[in-house]
Amino acid sequence: MFKLEARPQPSKFWSMGSPLLALAITVVIGMVLFAALGKDPAKGLAIFFWEPIKTPYALGELMVKATPLLVIALGLAVCFRSNVWNIGAEGQFVIGAVFAGGVALLADKTTDGWIVIAILLAGIFGGMVWAGLTALLRDKFNANEILVSLMLVYVADMVLSYLVYGPWKDPAGYNFPQSKTFEAITQIPRLMQGSRVSIGLLIALLGALGLWVFLFRTRAGFAQQVGGLAPAAARYAGFSSRRALWTALLVSGGAAGLAGALEVAGPIGQLTPYVPAGYGFAAIIVAFVGRLHPVGMVFSAVLMSMFYIGGELAQSRLGLPKSLTGVFQGLLLFTLLACDTLIAYRLRFTSPLAVKGAP
Amino acid sequence: MTIPRLQLAHITKRYPAVVANSDVSLTVQPGESHAVLGENGAGKSTLMKIIYGSVKPDDGTVMFNGKPVRIRNPQEARALGISMVFQHFSLFDTLTVAENVWLGLDKSLSLNQVTHSITTKASEYGLDIDPARPVHTLSVGEMQRVEIIRSLLTNPQLLILDEPTSVLTPQAVEKLFVVLKKLASEGCSILYISHKLHEIRELCSACTVLRGGKVTGVCNPQEESNASLSKLMIGAEPPALEHHERAAGQVVLQVNNLNLAREDQFGVDLVDVAMQVRAGEVVGIAGVSGNGQKELLYALSGEDCRADATMIQVFGQDAARMGPDHRRKLGVHFVPEERLGRGAVPTMGLAHNLMLTRTDAIGASGWIHTKALEAQAKAIIARFHVKAGGPNAAAKSLSGGNLQKYIVGREIDADPKLLIVSQPTWGVDVGAAAQIRGEILALRDAGCAVLVVSEELDELFEICDRLHVIAKGQLSPSIDRAKATVSLIGEWMSGLWNAEVQNHLAQEADNVQA
Repeated sequence: MFKLEARPQPSKFWSMGSPLLALAITVVIGMVLFAALGKDPAKGLAIFFWEPIKTPYALGELMVKATPLLVIALGLAVCFRSNVWNIGAEGQFVIGAVFAGGVALLADKTTDGWIVIAILLAGIFGGMVWAGLTALLRDKFNANEILVSLMLVYVADMVLSYLVYGPWKDPAGYNFPQSKTFEAITQIPRLMQGSRVSIGLLIALLGALGLWVFLFRTRAGFAQQVGGLAPAAARYAGFSSRRALWTALLVSGGAAGLAGALEVAGPIGQLTPYVPAGYGFAAIIVAFVGRLHPVGMVFSAVLMSMFYIGGELAQSRLGLPKSLTGVFQGLLLFTLLACDTLIAYRLRFTSPLAVKGAP
Repeated sequence: MTIPRLQLAHITKRYPAVVANSDVSLTVQPGESHAVLGENGAGKSTLMKIIYGSVKPDDGTVMFNGKPVRIRNPQEARALGISMVFQHFSLFDTLTVAENVWLGLDKSLSLNQVTHSITTKASEYGLDIDPARPVHTLSVGEMQRVEIIRSLLTNPQLLILDEPTSVLTPQAVEKLFVVLKKLASEGCSILYISHKLHEIRELCSACTVLRGGKVTGVCNPQEESNASLSKLMIGAEPPALEHHERAAGQVVLQVNNLNLAREDQFGVDLVDVAMQVRAGEVVGIAGVSGNGQKELLYALSGEDCRADATMIQVFGQDAARMGPDHRRKLGVHFVPEERLGRGAVPTMGLAHNLMLTRTDAIGASGWIHTKALEAQAKAIIARFHVKAGGPNAAAKSLSGGNLQKYIVGREIDADPKLLIVSQPTWGVDVGAAAQIRGEILALRDAGCAVLVVSEELDELFEICDRLHVIAKGQLSPSIDRAKATVSLIGEWMSGLWNAEVQNHLAQEADNVQA
């Protein structure tokens, strides 16, 4: 028998250890899952955790997927730390991609390389506009930001569909719902030959650094978090809750829009109805598994990216459904939530004898 | 020989960080009012929770009416006839008063019946409360009334009261004591937890003193003096405060007929509140909680800027529309009543909590100088003798008294021109309370204007130069402390400072006598 006992102080050890334990449990459950599906668990594990880092090319692909996840999660961390629940990063990602795509479509043979900057800024602006809608409705009408931001995801998908089925459809595209392929000049510059990793990775890492500075070294970041942790204390201090709301949503919207721009002007290269790949939702898991901490989210973004690639590989190599990715993501989040109990509580084992003696 | 109502023997309870009770024994006779005296943190509350079944002891036995009992939960305690009024309320914020009371009773009664009996009990004991109000709209004092009524409704054999009088007017305390004495005479035993010595000496015929989780004395408080009880409780007497005569200087805070409609529907409208606080004086505002203190303080601190700009003036400047940070620049600092969640962010370290009101360690561009911040926190911890695990200890890891010392210290350290303090020593142990009051007086002597809002009359009489009373959103005229008496202030607490009203009452009294 064991029981939970409240700790006098939250455990430092377990706040770091809990994600690791959660990962270990996810791996064990994953192995059981593979075995139950009639596959070799060792091989299944290798596909998820070894294949994505085996070769430089595979590592590059890992980074390609980790980049948008990290960029979005960094923005979401600002939101969640200030107790603003933006669940609609996916929609902001899509609108960011649409704005960025709109700029990219303007390019022709004579366009200069600086257009990349314009594309990225357009993406950020698009994401901000979409998140700004949520902020406006919350600010003016006290509409719940969880519902509004989530619903706007589906509106964003419709906007994208309208454009690629309608005005922006490629006339030479055999009537497929897609835009023209963007000019090569609009491609986000790559870091090296032979890999699809772009400067987006650098932007993401700089973003992580910037977030760390903002959260832990500036008064504005402090004020932002006080609003989330103790609203009455923020009011007492004179930190504006409206400002915190707008900051949180504009930052996270901008980040998600930036990720959208990096995707359409990077690996995708055109607008299609398949731009929304679920990064906006997966980034919520990235943010929480990473403890809403910039460094933690770098690791969790890579981990989540592994699950994406692992899921695809499991489909092609083991003949398992791709939705395995979602299963692993969900498992990780659930085990993490369970393991987090250990931060505030300790397990105490009691012998059956003592239990009998107790009333 | 009578069988004791309650007998505790060798109770021990250990928590991970502290031994709350160590070998505690206690006997309560039927119809006896028994005091449990001790500072905050002496283990009184834990001991009562053990009796009430919400905490299980690690060791020791409990006998009720001569029979050994194992009380597993509060339901069993209530079934035995034990009822408790907690110091920290166990009420559901979203439910109404009646629903909360109903939850604690057995389910044979309908909500309507409970509502009716609440109204009856409430009027019987003068505990004014509307059963239909949601609890989250009640003030602290009103919540305690709900707790007291809830306990009385179970017709208990043993009633435990944990610091019940801290939110009552002196007259209401008198009334409560009448009720308690009546209950005792009917055979109900009372366990009365307090650190207020005069109350214990008035009410109780037996007393067990706790210090650091151990029993340090059993006595009859009516045969003891305050000094001897206090010595048992804290091991030494707190030093008496020195109150120097000092001429007040220029007007720092001027409130001109402040009228402010309530912000939430169960709040209080402020009506024509007018007062002055001058440099070098301490002005106190007495009153039962829920009479507009909260609203007045929000308006004074800048958390509520809806009043007309001229209604509040600081050094002659219109300040009513200024936000809290703007007012702090004028030298107005404020210590709120709620330490955790308002005065400090519970999960953040002490150093970071400085930045709620202080900008000394913040550079021009908003950059936080961590080293300077920690040094500042360390200096405040040292200067105000705060017991804390260091400048980065989470605010919630400190005891109430130490956190209060830190918050008061944070504001005093800012060299304020006007310090506004709400409930400076609520739930703070005797030693820390004396220290905080001393600091407030030192600040006054240094020429700062101080406004203290408190429900503890003793405290106000101890530190204030002048007193106001707030009742139903209106503020009485001020009275010099030398002229004020407890009974006068108590009358004013019911809103009776108007001369005509006073005369009218006096005439009626005469008529009755005639």
